Parts: sequence; structure tokens; C-alpha cells
Amino acid sequence: MWDYSEKVREHFFNPRNAGLLDGANGIGDVGSIKCGDALRLMLKVDPDSEKIVDASFQTFGCGSAIASSSALTELIKGMTLDEALKVSNQDIADYLDGLPPEKMHCSVMGREALQAAVANYRGEVWKDDHEEGALICKCFAVDAVLIEEVVRANSLTTVEQVAHFTKAGGGCASCHEGIEEILAKVSKEACTAPTAATKPLPPATPAAAPKLTNFQRIRKIEETVEAIRPMLQRDHGDIEIVEIDGKNIYVNLKGACVGCMMEAATLNGIQTKLVEALGEFVRLLPAAMLGKAH
Amino acid sequence: MNDAPIYLDNNATTACDPAVVSAMLPFFTEQFGNPSSMHTFGNKVGFALKEARAKVQALLGAEHDSEIVFTSCGTESDSTAILSALRAQPERNQIITTAVEHPAILTLCEYLEKEGYVVTRLGVDKRGRLDMDEYRSALGPRTAIVSAMWANNETGTLFPVEQMAEMAHAAGAQFHTDAVQAVGKIAIDLKKTKIDMLSLSGHKLHAPKGVGVLYLKRGTRYRPLLRGGHQERSRRAGTENTASIVGLGVACEQALQHMAFENTEVKRLRDKLEAGILAAVPRCFPTGDVTNRLPNTSNIAFEFIEGEAILLLLNKAGIAASSGSACTSGSLEPSHVMREMGIPYTAAHGTTRFSLSRYNTEAEIDRVIAAVPAIIAQLRKLSPYWGDKGPAENPEASFAPAYA
Repeated sequence: MWDYSEKVREHFFNPRNAGLLDGANGIGDVGSIKCGDALRLMLKVDPDSEKIVDASFQTFGCGSAIASSSALTELIKGMTLDEALKVSNQDIADYLDGLPPEKMHCSVMGREALQAAVANYRGEVWKDDHEEGALICKCFAVDAVLIEEVVRANSLTTVEQVAHFTKAGGGCASCHEGIEEILAKVSKEACTAPTAATKPLPPATPAAAPKLTNFQRIRKIEETVEAIRPMLQRDHGDIEIVEIDGKNIYVNLKGACVGCMMEAATLNGIQTKLVEALGEFVRLLPAAMLGKAH
Repeated sequence: MNDAPIYLDNNATTACDPAVVSAMLPFFTEQFGNPSSMHTFGNKVGFALKEARAKVQALLGAEHDSEIVFTSCGTESDSTAILSALRAQPERNQIITTAVEHPAILTLCEYLEKEGYVVTRLGVDKRGRLDMDEYRSALGPRTAIVSAMWANNETGTLFPVEQMAEMAHAAGAQFHTDAVQAVGKIAIDLKKTKIDMLSLSGHKLHAPKGVGVLYLKRGTRYRPLLRGGHQERSRRAGTENTASIVGLGVACEQALQHMAFENTEVKRLRDKLEAGILAAVPRCFPTGDVTNRLPNTSNIAFEFIEGEAILLLLNKAGIAASSGSACTSGSLEPSHVMREMGIPYTAAHGTTRFSLSRYNTEAEIDRVIAAVPAIIAQLRKLSPYWGDKGPAENPEASFAPAYA
């Protein structure tokens, strides 16, 4: 059961201004069918003063959606349109003595209906630019879409940074797994390091390649890795060659590449490039494996 | 007028039977011993567990009492079963389940998918039924386990798990069923089936919360979730929740005694409730496979209104039910079960589940039938999809809001 305030319960059981409004000249229809809320806000506006003479609503939604709609109509009656547009979703929530974090979107919907109704009165078209995702942080009511946007825009890499920018995860800390998943997803998309080709490469034909001397071979390996380094450095990572032992090339990944979830894919991608450049099969291995691989 | 609260949410949890409570009480006081101990204190408790195990065995129709493994809940039993099947058969990496399982299965499968396992989710038709041909073609040499619920928690729809278990065995896979809603409501005889593992939860059949069972057919390859002591023959380590296990034993005994009652009298009341509401309320329909479902469950979709609002008004009238709406769960999506059945959003949000128990009375059902129509009408008056007398002409077109 939700922890609804007395005021929310009261506005749900006895909603004010519910039903159709005769002579309405500004109507806003908004909603999110997935989350089960839709709202029609009807305004009767005095054309001379632009004052809201009367307001009513019809809502398809839960208890707090109905209570928020009722609160909104009470708040804006008597205001001018410009005054009404200043009503924020927090004002609606405050009027109701607060809403549970999962339910803040109900007050957002009220505000959007208001903008839509005013636009309708003024003969404009209102465009909804608000996208809502699954609620991640319950302490501060932060959803997945917002976290993802902020992570992307600011190149965030840690849960602490996310908490600093969005507050998400800064409370009880139980949503950190969810935040880490978003970080991993964005990091995976942003990673520019070469990865293994999705299509299987044509089998390498070592016999056809001219035989390299030991020195030429080492130079070739070095050149190939050098060409890849700037890509890794762009992601704040790096690579160095530690040892070349026959088919096995041992490297150290550095910086952001260390422990990156794409580490294996990065090594695979570089290995593919080396195989191509050398015309022979080689294995790229982390230096930690030195002396262990056969 | 009698206005004592009416509890119609027995698929969520049930009241402890008074006989269950009184059987449990001594195990909090004088019978405090650890069943593993050698002395009299422990020994007596050990015998009580043995007795409880036999009662669970009888309700499930298990061949051996050692096939009953006590756990802490249905979710633990589900996790144990699936993880065991994967660990015991590392050469197999596929899990087959259904799209309408309880989150105890679905969330675990989602997680295992991230770890690299292959998860196949069988869809359902608009009445919530599986397609056996789709199932047959999903089975393969890499299938480790099939997990399908015996009865759906939201609609009560029954799956043909006995047949599905046979098919899984033919493919060399293990079969598990989440039967937390079915146990105690329909007759079960596991020794006649090929079901390898079954989960049950005490609090769904008038035992307390915090105790469950994993049925593990003898010979099923198994890896424990919890390792430690030798409790439950080392298949579930951890000191036994003795009082609750004793309570569960009594609850199973009672369920067996009331099995006929459940399938006649409780079913009659459920049918009366459903028929009464459908006759009195326009634009509503029952969901799921109404000809093949649990005897106690009725799930009705009320179009153009939202479930949480229905529950709040029902609650005010002293009636406890539950809903598949998004808002009641705190998620943004309505019930996955309703979506899988293709129920439109405007109806899925208004689905309301009434689930009865043997304690409900005819007078209660009459009161609910009398109260519901006014509640639905009151909310529809607020709905933008509803006109003066009925749904607006072509409701979806007359109200087409700018959706976020």
C-alpha cells in the first residue's frame, strides 16, 4: 500500500472539479498509456483578462493521478494563464503534502496537461518532450532515462559521479546495481577501441605472405599496435607490448582499459589486426599470462 | 449492516489457519531444541519435522519423504531449482520458461541471460494458453531445464505441466514447476508424473510466511544453493525453521482435507462472484483461460479505468483485492501477464483479481457483488474515455492524448 498523505486520500475520494466543463475553450489531453495515466484538462478562460474562470478534469489513472488532477484545478482557478504556467509539478505535490517518489510522474502529467491546455487555447500546438524511464533511485525519484542522459552528456564512469550529478544512488545505495548497468551500457556504446569483426574473417593464408625476418616481424607488430594506441587513448586507456614469444604476444592494458568490460573484445580486435598485418596467426595475451601459456 | 473486512486476495497471501498457529506455538517455547542435537530437546523437534515432511509428502503425492526439501520461501525454491539444473549439467546452457511466469523465475532468467545462458520464453495466446508445438520445437540437446508454472498467479490459468514434463524428459532436460498457486487448490500426485522439481510456498496455503518447499524427485541431478550443515540431507544447509515447518505440515494436512471443498464450494462462490459482477457492470470481461483455471481465482478487466483507483475504493468499502495495473506495483508497466495475452492497455490497467479461500462466505460474496458496480461507475464518471451513459463513441479515437 502506498503511503499517501491525508490530503491525497481526501482529493482522491472527493475529487474537486471532476467531469466535463461546459464552454471550455482550452483543452489539454496528455498521458502515458504504458504507465496507465491519461488526463484531459479543461479550462474556461476569460478572453479579455486571460483569467482561468473555471477548470475541470477527467483522469484515467491511479489514486495519486486523480488527486493531482484535482489539486491542479484548485490551484489554477482564478489565475491568469501566465501565472498558471508558473505552477510547477513540485507545487502540485506540495499542495497535496507530498507524493511517494514512484508517483511524482502523476504531478508531472498535471503540469503537462496545463501546458497543453494553454497551448490549445492560444491556438498553438504543444509538443511533449518529456520521456520517462523506469524508476531507478527511489530515495530521490530518479529514472533510467535521466541517468542515461546525464551519464552520456558528462561521460560519467562511476556510481559516485552519477550520485553527484543526479543524486541517484546517494541515499540508501540499494540501486547501485541498476546504475552500474546503465554505466556499462553507455560505456560499451562509447568504446571506440577495435573489436573483433562480427563477420568471420577469411582464413589467413600465412603461406602466401612473404616471410619476415625476426626484426621485421617485431617492427611490424610494433607499428600495428602503435596505430591502435590513439584509439585507446581517446577512451583514456593504453596498451604496451611486454614480450613476444613465438606466436604469443604479451601486452599490458593500461588506464581505462584495465578492468573494462570490453577488455576481452579489445584484445580480440587488436589480435585480428596483428594477424592481418603479419599474415600469420598470433595470440595476444595479457602480460599476466607470461610463462603460463603454451 | 455487517461491514467486517472481506479478504479476497488469497493469491497474494492467506491467513494462518488457527490450527496451524496452535501447532506452531510450542516450538517457540518449550520445543526450542535444534533438530540436529543428540539430546531429548533436539530429538523431539526432529520427530516433529519428520511428521511435517510426511504431511507435505501426502499433499504432493511424492513417492518418498526424502524428496521434500524445506526452504525459506517459494522464491528460494525456484532459484535453487534453476541454478541446480544449470550447475549439474554444464554441457547444457538453455532454459525454457514462459513469458507469464512469476518474477521469481523471470528476473532470475533475465540475470542468467546476462551471464550468457540462452533463455527461451514461450508466449501465450489471448486466453493465456501455451502453444505445445512452439514448446516442442524449442526443446533441444542443449536444454538444461524447463520451468513452467502450474497455475498463473494473476489469472489462475493452468498449464499442462505433466505433459510438458514428459516432453522435457524426452529431450533429456529437467523439468521444474513453480506450483505456489496450485498446491492446496488442485489435486497433485507427483509420483505419477515426470516432474523433477516443484516449488511451493507456505503462506499461500494458510501456513506462515518464511517457509517453502522444493520437491526434488529421487535421482534428479542436483547441486545445492546453500552449502554448510547437513540439514535436509545436505541439500539445503541452515538450521531448520522448525516452528514454520511444523505449521506447514498442519496446513498441508488441512489442505488435503479441504481439497474437495475447494473445488466445489469455493469454486461455486468464485463463479457466483464473477457472474454477478459481469451481469451488473458493463464493459468488463474475465481474463485468462476461464474453462481451465484454479477454483478460487477470478480476474476481471474493467475497461477505461485504472486498477489502483479501483483497489482504493474497494478498500474503503472493506474489500481487499489486487490489480495488474502499473501503479500498484510501482513499475511503469501494467502486468506482463495481461500484456502477453494482448489485453489492450485501457483494459489491462483496470484488471482486478479476486482470489478466494475456504474462509470466504456467501454473505461476503453477496456484499462484493453489491458494492462493485457503484465503484466502477464512480471511477468511469472521472474517465476521459467514458461519456454520460457509456463509453464514448470509439473511445480510443475520441480521447487520444499526447503520450509521453
